Amino acid sequence: MAGDRDCSESLRTAVLDAAGESRPLQLLGHGSKAFYGRESVGDPLSLAEHSGIISYEPTELVITARGGTPLKEIEDALREKGQMLPFEPPQFDGKGTIGGAIASGLSGPRRPWGGAPRDLLLGMKLLDGRGQILRFGGQVMKNVAGYDLSRLMAGAMGTLGVLLEVSIKVLPKPPQEHTLMLSAGDCSVTWPLLHKMLIEGIPVTASYSQGEQHKLRVACSPQRVKQIVQRYAVEAVDDQDAFWRALRDQQLDYFKQKDPLWRLSIPPAANIDDEEQMLCEWSGGLRWLFSQRPGSEIRTLVEKVGGHAILFRNGDRSGEIFHPLHPRLADLQIGLKQVFDPEGIFNPGRHYPDY
Amino acid sequence: MHDRLTLAGEFRRMLPEECVIYREEELIPYECDGLSAYRKVPLIVLLPYTAEQVEEILRFCQQRQIPVVPRGSGTGLSGGALPHEQGVLLSLARLNQILEIDSENMQARVQPGVRNLAVSEAAKPHGLYYAPDPSSQIACSIGGNVAENAGGVHCLKYGLTLHNVLQLTLITIDGERLTLGSGSLDAPGLDLLTLITGSEGMLGIVVEVLVKLLPIPQRQQVVLAAFDDIESAGNAVAEIIAKGILPAGLEMMDNLSIRASEDFVHAGYPTEAAAILLCEVDGVDEEVSEEISRVREILQQSGATEVRAARDEQERARFWAGRKNAFPAVGRISPDYYCMDGTIPRHQLGRVLKMIGEMSKRYGLRCANVFHAGDGNLHPLILYDANNPGELEQAEAFGGEILELCVAVGGTITGEHGVGMEKINQMCAQFRDEELETFHGVKRVFDPLTLLNPGKAIPTLNRCAEFGAMHVHAGKLRFPELERF
Ligand SMILES: Cc1cc2nc3c(=O)[nH]c(=O)nc-3n(C[C@H](O)[C@H](O)[C@H](O)COP(=O)(O)OP(=O)(O)OC[C@H]3O[C@@H](n4cnc5c(N)ncnc54)[C@H](O)[C@@H]3O)c2cc1C
Repeated sequence: MAGDRDCSESLRTAVLDAAGESRPLQLLGHGSKAFYGRESVGDPLSLAEHSGIISYEPTELVITARGGTPLKEIEDALREKGQMLPFEPPQFDGKGTIGGAIASGLSGPRRPWGGAPRDLLLGMKLLDGRGQILRFGGQVMKNVAGYDLSRLMAGAMGTLGVLLEVSIKVLPKPPQEHTLMLSAGDCSVTWPLLHKMLIEGIPVTASYSQGEQHKLRVACSPQRVKQIVQRYAVEAVDDQDAFWRALRDQQLDYFKQKDPLWRLSIPPAANIDDEEQMLCEWSGGLRWLFSQRPGSEIRTLVEKVGGHAILFRNGDRSGEIFHPLHPRLADLQIGLKQVFDPEGIFNPGRHYPDY
Repeated sequence: MHDRLTLAGEFRRMLPEECVIYREEELIPYECDGLSAYRKVPLIVLLPYTAEQVEEILRFCQQRQIPVVPRGSGTGLSGGALPHEQGVLLSLARLNQILEIDSENMQARVQPGVRNLAVSEAAKPHGLYYAPDPSSQIACSIGGNVAENAGGVHCLKYGLTLHNVLQLTLITIDGERLTLGSGSLDAPGLDLLTLITGSEGMLGIVVEVLVKLLPIPQRQQVVLAAFDDIESAGNAVAEIIAKGILPAGLEMMDNLSIRASEDFVHAGYPTEAAAILLCEVDGVDEEVSEEISRVREILQQSGATEVRAARDEQERARFWAGRKNAFPAVGRISPDYYCMDGTIPRHQLGRVLKMIGEMSKRYGLRCANVFHAGDGNLHPLILYDANNPGELEQAEAFGGEILELCVAVGGTITGEHGVGMEKINQMCAQFRDEELETFHGVKRVFDPLTLLNPGKAIPTLNRCAEFGAMHVHAGKLRFPELERF
């Protein structure tokens, strides 16, 4: 195995020292998502050495691993048993740790059908800002004892503590996945067709639209693909695994632009401006947009349809990155931060300026 | 101490007359939830019609420091909606409108008092349904489902309430209205939606819920398999999953519950079997046929004595009716029963059932087992008679021991029914002081005066200290032979 090391004690000491001096720490896995979130300050605390799969029971559909375990190592172990991480986490630059995947809360193309990190996280061991090692949740599918604090860590950008160990629900990998190409036209043309397919129970596991190109990934037998091709007048294309991986990891040419990249999360059927320039995933629920337009304009655009926007890459990393919160929600967030990290040492400012 | 009549007068100035219930005889129906062994008469019951009225009530209660216990349909099994003698019981039953079915986005916006099944009924004309299906679905409310993170027999494939809720409107104790989550697949900031789901009415009142709807599967097919020992049934479950099949539902019942259900609903169960498994597969026609034949094969190889697929929709409904009515069925063979809700890693099933069998002998109380086998959620039903002095206490002690066993094998004291009042002592077995303190810290962020559902869900450290002292006899832990997790 790549690395199998329990560094809980040294990490705990580092946190206690930092807390004693109110000295901020920047939590660092592989650094594959260093571009993401706001600029933070503090001494880097490397978590990558704290690595290794602790237990994996394929028939229990659960894997437990240390936070620094490479996603790749986890995926390899799962693949061997015909299983997968259902949220298809991105591996930017081919890297990434499981702790970072959970903390960033990011999911890949399978998200609407496979779930997000928060959906699949069953439990964790957390090192909080007081240097305490806390266990929340567990390794079982259903657990409602106490507040669900482990899921709260998903997407918290490491601001509440160090994820020492995580237990994640895994699923059987579909034996076969195929890619379909939809006829040309923009999103507004293809949406009704996609919606029809979804309602009719076509086992879609990913969707992609950019300009006039539209692809769907479906999990079913070749016979079924033939029927789908006929019924919906679509075309089947082979060997698209690399394409979906490149979409997941943002390696497609589209992502090579230099302007600020916005991530728009909106209700799938919503219509918004600038659609022709966007790359859409999640059957329309996730849209990527390179744009020089002021953030406030973009945020207004998505707010109108009940969504939110993140300045994902490029642009001013010290400004507003994540969508601003209702003041009362912001207060609750600060209150929770104080429960887990009273000295404010973990990734200060990485998520929101004031915590 | 608050005076009932004075307070009633004040609430009647705020709310329509019929919303304020304060006469002793009218309060009685509210004295318990589905866990009827615990009863308390509330000071007052309030039944508002609108979210604005809820805001006003909460603001008033915060100002006067009056405890507030939220209540949905009162089907909860852990005493979560058990009233507070000095407090308001706030029923959400009249916020019962389905506000919107959005078939384009496959979502439904509903008020908290809407019954679980009513959502699927309303979505049906659009070819959609709401997946979480607790056995109590004809009665329980969506608000109560959110508060308990309710599961159902189909949550192995389709997830718990948490996985099917997109957005909540929450009113905090100071009367502020908040929107958590969004109509899209994520929302900015910390994921408070997940924190509120399953928080048992301790952090705020849910007044609106946006749920996800799914397309009704083209075909659903259920297979019933009989086994002459429980262990083989457990292994069959593991085998199905190991073969990469994710059934829509995968349920197990033991002999006592099979017989009780068969007597009650005539589901056609084999009453001689030590255990039965119900395995449901859904999807498009050919794929269902294909998967069913694989399931059949696996079941036979795992030693099933009989494998039977439901021949038609009626038979399928009957197979499920037996399972879904297991609790009331057991209720017919015993004056009282006490329902437990532990979750265990599935591979521990054989061992746990054996130990429960031993406890049953030791306590002299029968125990029927119903099991959400796919996700390891075990419902032992302890049969007792409250009219026999001491028997309730024995049943509680037996139940407590089962829950601690679940923790000891790496599981949890509650999979879906919540801690409420009932399992508050067992929380001390599952969590350490630092963890409990963190829970209290979170509670204070939302409800600094601890007025919402006080005394439930999270025990005080003092309580645990007392419980521990009475529990660890002569320095000995329970189940010393088991490895600790
Ligand atoms: C026969 C039977 C079978 C059952 N089967 C299942 C099952 O298969 N799966 C399962 O998960 N459960 C099951 N249950 C348990 C119960 O039905 C669920 O816990 C259900 O979610 C409770 O909903 P309710 O509306 O009755 O809530 P209540 O019992 O009224 O309240 C439950 C909790 O939620 C809080 N609450 C209620 N409404 C709100 C609100 N709007 N805002 C904030 N807090 C609120 C209450 O304070 C309380 O703590 C079963 C119960 C019975 C009696």
